[in-house]
Amino acid sequence: MALTGIEIFKLLPKTNCKDCGEPTCLAFAMKLAAGKASLSACPHVSEESKAKLMEASAPPIIPVTIGVGDRVLKVGGETVMFRHEKRFENPPGLAILISDGMDDAEIDARLKRFNELQYERIGLLLRPDLVAVKAGGDAARFKAVVAKVKEKSGGGIILMSENADIMAAGLSVCADRKPLLYAATEANLDKMAALAKDNSCPLAVKADNVEKLAELTTRLTGAGIKELIIDSGSRALRRAFQDQIIIRSAALAKKFRPLGFPTIVFPAEMTDNPMKEAVIAAMFVAKYGSIIVLSDFQGESLFPLLVERLNVYTDPQRPLATKEGIYEIGKPNENSPVLITSNFSLTYFIVSGEVETSKIPSYLLVKDTEGLSVMTAWAAGKFVADAIAPFVKKCGIADMVKHHKLVIPGYAAAESGGLEEELPGWEVQVGPREGSNIPAYLKSWKP
Amino acid sequence: MAFEVPKTAYSGKIKEIKLGSGGKAVTVGGESSYPFYLFEGEMPHSPRIAMEVWDMPPQDWAPAALEPFQGVTDDPVAWAKKCIDDYGAEMICLQLISTDPNGLNRSADEATAVVKKVADAIDVPLIVWGTANHDKDTEVLRQVAEVCQGKNLIIGPVEEGDHKKIGAAAIGYHHTVISSTPIDINLAKQLNILLGNLGVSDDLIIVDPTVSCIGYGIEYCYSVMERMRMAGLTQQDEKLQFPLICNVSKEVWKTKEVHIPTAEDPKLGDAKKRGILLEAMSTMVLLLAGGDVMVMRHPEAIKLVREMITELTAAN
Repeated sequence: MALTGIEIFKLLPKTNCKDCGEPTCLAFAMKLAAGKASLSACPHVSEESKAKLMEASAPPIIPVTIGVGDRVLKVGGETVMFRHEKRFENPPGLAILISDGMDDAEIDARLKRFNELQYERIGLLLRPDLVAVKAGGDAARFKAVVAKVKEKSGGGIILMSENADIMAAGLSVCADRKPLLYAATEANLDKMAALAKDNSCPLAVKADNVEKLAELTTRLTGAGIKELIIDSGSRALRRAFQDQIIIRSAALAKKFRPLGFPTIVFPAEMTDNPMKEAVIAAMFVAKYGSIIVLSDFQGESLFPLLVERLNVYTDPQRPLATKEGIYEIGKPNENSPVLITSNFSLTYFIVSGEVETSKIPSYLLVKDTEGLSVMTAWAAGKFVADAIAPFVKKCGIADMVKHHKLVIPGYAAAESGGLEEELPGWEVQVGPREGSNIPAYLKSWKP
Repeated sequence: MAFEVPKTAYSGKIKEIKLGSGGKAVTVGGESSYPFYLFEGEMPHSPRIAMEVWDMPPQDWAPAALEPFQGVTDDPVAWAKKCIDDYGAEMICLQLISTDPNGLNRSADEATAVVKKVADAIDVPLIVWGTANHDKDTEVLRQVAEVCQGKNLIIGPVEEGDHKKIGAAAIGYHHTVISSTPIDINLAKQLNILLGNLGVSDDLIIVDPTVSCIGYGIEYCYSVMERMRMAGLTQQDEKLQFPLICNVSKEVWKTKEVHIPTAEDPKLGDAKKRGILLEAMSTMVLLLAGGDVMVMRHPEAIKLVREMITELTAAN
């Protein structure tokens, strides 16, 4: 995949003209190799070299965008098999299926669910991404349903038909929303390719197996279509799972370009049981689905999927953090306990969950520790007396409670003396080390 | 088109261990590829599910979790039998919640009596899970090990702080130990080495990487488990070639999200289904990372996960 700095250097003009802003061509080449410069900064590189460099620097799994504006969905662009090797880049799009054979009330209900089932978690908005509209056999009906979907939802659209004429009808009302066309097959390849090309839309390709799929993508890229999404056709669990792995490892380990595209998977077509469908979708979130089409959305399955997606796609190098501030749990009053913890989101979730379990209304102060846990933050000097005290003073908790007692985590016990010095008038109490002991602690706590 | 399916270069294999005794003993481990990568290697023993039984009536379970065990939660023997007879449990995990010094703090004698009764009443393998309090677990699990000699129990969590005493008892009375460390591959390896130095043989070790559930840091456990499998299978790290046990349902069902009633937040959907799915989906994610024994609670979540395992290992 990536060329070394020396390999890139050989393709540059080697004039050291400095027009790119670097002192030498070699320095520029090194920056290119490290991904810190763009080839366009060099005005003198030959077309031939440019082509070679573009080819070599193209991502092994092409990123594809669907939709427009603030609801644009980017999938693909992945660079690793395992998230700990770097990170997973673009979370999979979750799609709800609407068939044009459904009656209008059902379609409206689905669009309502699509729009309303959104959740906030640690300051992030979690929501589904796409509406997949499946055509029956009537172009006019398809067009009408697509128009309704476009009008009533801001999300990305997947148009589903293997008939190019029906596809064209649907596309005629929503081309400006850059929908995904699903799907080109061996039988309709040229017509679908033309539609995708004329309307600058991404195109999904479906075949019966991975080998066939590679043939079809090769034909399409040859025809100048770059934004492809691939479907290996497998709907049996084992095959569908293995195809995802084979596709990704072929693209990453073998640099096999014909499979270097995001994938689309269909839990909706793999079972009639909505519960099982959700578990299948959970599998694809972790193992390499790029677009996951579900037969319907219900809160009980969509919410866990969205949270799982957030978890799996979290950058292992950058822990999720919660916003600094005062969190009210239950309905605390002036006699309620005040606890403080770090802003590592996991710490926050565990501590707030345990406080909730105790059923003792409390104030939880969350101190910004740059996403570090209590122990790590303490060791790094971010959860120590002279960092905690200014926050406690300025956050305003002193005016909200009468008692002025502050419960600190057991792991920060060493700070209790220092804190009492920094916070005159406050009594510092050392709470449990483990979150699981918080309920017992709070139950015996007295103001 | 010439297309060769890429294959991972494996150089190691997960150890096989036998759990329990008699006709219902189960064998886990033995994988020679990443989980369910059956085009690359073998998974001779499918992952197993152990059903959770508490040694005291649960006080704070969500209604959906309690419902299937109505009438037996005050009797661990009846509870365990119900899991086996009605829900087809292949293993039981007895959680010694009542021994927690921060809770009821029941004595080792009382706890041992309960374990013995359950062990005598069932023929499937029995996991006995303490409270991770070193002093208390040492006291309880040593006694349990002695009284249940010959049952090949799976006892833990065994941590660095108590591994010598519990490990010695496990060697003496032949039980499998749960080598437990807090979500860290290096600590896990180190404890496995310490257990080996103590004389615990490889076929008596199962590893608990410490797991959590969706929404509560499952990504950390997921990646640590993947790294363990990678080290064991592709880097010949013998001390990371043990099967993995995931005590997951306890984590799922204590979260806020499974306790919110349907009416309180309709956007979160049906409370019962939500709980079941959070358990089934969390378990599925951990299975993909390498879990061999999954401790689960709700029969419907178990059914879903069993179907997934069956289909993922079905003939291609």
